[in-house]
Amino acid sequence: MELLRFATAGSVDDGKSTLIGRLLYDTKSIFEDQLEAVERTSRDRGDEHVNLALLTDGLRAEREQGITIDVAYRYFATPKRSFIIADTPGHIQYTRNMVTGASTASLALVLVDARNGIVEQSRRHAFLASLLRVPHLVVCINKMDLVDYDETVYNRIKDEFRAFAAKLDIGDLSFVPISALHGDNVVHRSQNMQWYDGTSLLHHLEDVHIASDRNLIDTRFPVQYVIRPQSTAHHDYRGYAGTVAGGVLKPGDEVIVLPSGLKTTIAGIDTADGPLDEAFPPMSVTVRLTDDIDVSRGDMICRPQNQPKVSQDLEAMVCWLSDEPLRDRGMYAIKHTTRTARAQVRALDYRIDVNTLHRDESAETLSLNEIGRVKLRTTVPMFVDEYRRNRTTGSFLVIDEATGATVGAGLVL
Amino acid sequence: MSASTTYELSSQQALEAESIHIFREVAAEFERPVLLFSGGKDSVVMLHLAAKAFWPAPIPFPVMHIDTGHNFTEVLEFRDRTVERLGLRLVVGSVEDSIAKGRVRERPDGIRNPLQTVTLLDSITDGQFDAVFGGARRDEEKARAKERVFSFRDEFGQWDPKNQRPELWSLYNGRHHKGEHIRVFPLSNWTELDIWTYLAAENVDLPSIYFAHEREVFQRDGMWLAVSEFTQVREGEEVVRMSVRYRTVGDVPITGAVESTAKTYDEVITEVAATRVTERGATRADDRLTEAAMEDRKREGYF
Repeated sequence: MELLRFATAGSVDDGKSTLIGRLLYDTKSIFEDQLEAVERTSRDRGDEHVNLALLTDGLRAEREQGITIDVAYRYFATPKRSFIIADTPGHIQYTRNMVTGASTASLALVLVDARNGIVEQSRRHAFLASLLRVPHLVVCINKMDLVDYDETVYNRIKDEFRAFAAKLDIGDLSFVPISALHGDNVVHRSQNMQWYDGTSLLHHLEDVHIASDRNLIDTRFPVQYVIRPQSTAHHDYRGYAGTVAGGVLKPGDEVIVLPSGLKTTIAGIDTADGPLDEAFPPMSVTVRLTDDIDVSRGDMICRPQNQPKVSQDLEAMVCWLSDEPLRDRGMYAIKHTTRTARAQVRALDYRIDVNTLHRDESAETLSLNEIGRVKLRTTVPMFVDEYRRNRTTGSFLVIDEATGATVGAGLVL
Repeated sequence: MSASTTYELSSQQALEAESIHIFREVAAEFERPVLLFSGGKDSVVMLHLAAKAFWPAPIPFPVMHIDTGHNFTEVLEFRDRTVERLGLRLVVGSVEDSIAKGRVRERPDGIRNPLQTVTLLDSITDGQFDAVFGGARRDEEKARAKERVFSFRDEFGQWDPKNQRPELWSLYNGRHHKGEHIRVFPLSNWTELDIWTYLAAENVDLPSIYFAHEREVFQRDGMWLAVSEFTQVREGEEVVRMSVRYRTVGDVPITGAVESTAKTYDEVITEVAATRVTERGATRADDRLTEAAMEDRKREGYF
């Protein structure tokens, strides 16, 4: 059984929480004690229906204020796949939350209210999904019950969204007309929209092809940890543990280790369950090398004829996640794969308006939830790929050295 | 774990790979990690994954048990047996000692579960631990659904849910100052069913009380509690002997058993897959105190 991670974006008003509640409820992933609690609260609040949105309310502050503060993770499974939902709130700190949720997602689900059509927020969500290279985007046109399940409304919104999405880099775009409240086209095909010839949302989530979303071409193995048992049984054992970030590793492969540039071959790929014939992303394995060379955490194993860019100059789109704005010339810590370095901000080329995609070249800083193109100079060389080519070797965190807080997310250009 | 030619991992393999990545990241970046090991099924899976992450080397950190003194005998025996088998160092933080030293006061109801937080935080400080592995899962409870994999704790061990570090990709930020620490949850993305399926697939040993056995129990607040030296049967409560098993393992006085005849992993999985009540809702009195019981305890530094 495969695992699909997807992110949902939208505000309370779009019916996002109701949709998630509906998915969980109709796939029988809600337990009786959870449902009873929700029924009780719905009654107390005088809601007309059992308010499925309450299933996703987490913290006390959120219930009190009727808002969602933070990304919440939810789990459900069908006989075909298991799912992890990163449920990202729409209105508060939207960029910070959606960027976080989308970073690990194979699919993004954007909600549009059929009565309102495409609004600023829909464009913003589509842009962020494309920036974060989420391979599949599903637009759920919700509240179809409130527009009499009218096909022309659905088609109009679909065309408008397509026109906007053409300006973005979106691999796979699909549309589903739904009513989360009544369950139309969520888990089961709706009888109210005979004109719709597609599948239900759940059916799409179960069937969407995600296997080819990973990079199986460029071999990248960031060394995470060196395993040296120093025991009698494994006296001379020296293995390099890590998670495959790209390509396929096989025993006998000729490899080069960065930054030393020394060449050797893979002697074996070990796991606690025995040796492997090959390893691919995102497997966690231990690689042994034929030659006894100096390799440590932060080094990168790749193929001699296919190497990442080795450079101290990083050009990246940076999403700013902190209340304290980006400091020009400021020094920050950078965490990229298993490598940590210090970096200085050299330039902010422009700031991008996430609603209009307009580039403001006169911008002088990035504030919370803003995104811009930034030039950084690192203290040591980094081994990077373009984010569009590899989401693992193309991404990094910007960390405030004084507070230790994660203040930015970088996507290598 | 065998590689298939389609280059796809099963859900189980993907979860295992993610957890192993987290263990190695902590071992590489922290000076003094420790793993919380109670003998409960989640901590058993954690320890099993840790052993796999560093194989053929031994697990490079000790394990810690916060002992309330109200344990199931079978679980304590299992704890000691496991620690010995893996050659680990066991640190025990004793709630009884904390009471004796006056760090905490015994509650009128005698329930020690809420007292554990003080013992836990004292033990973390005394051991100078900078990373503490916990077996909490996000599917367990709604406050936990918002918990990070690397969860920052201030010098008082407090969790601030509104001020968490964003966690992106598989990049974990473990920065902290002296006296602060990071709670690490390698099983964040596992569900109860994942845990059971994995235990069965890997044929991992568990304390016997997780499987059906005959026990004297009585009903209180809708839960089957075990007759033991830590529980007083009140008037009107009828003691019956029946076949039960435990879905979670906490202190004897607050952990409810479920009626069951499931004696093997396969039988347990069939029951878990069909169950309609969450494991905490069914079997844990400590979560029923208020709607935000877990959130409140977590803020103070609980597991």
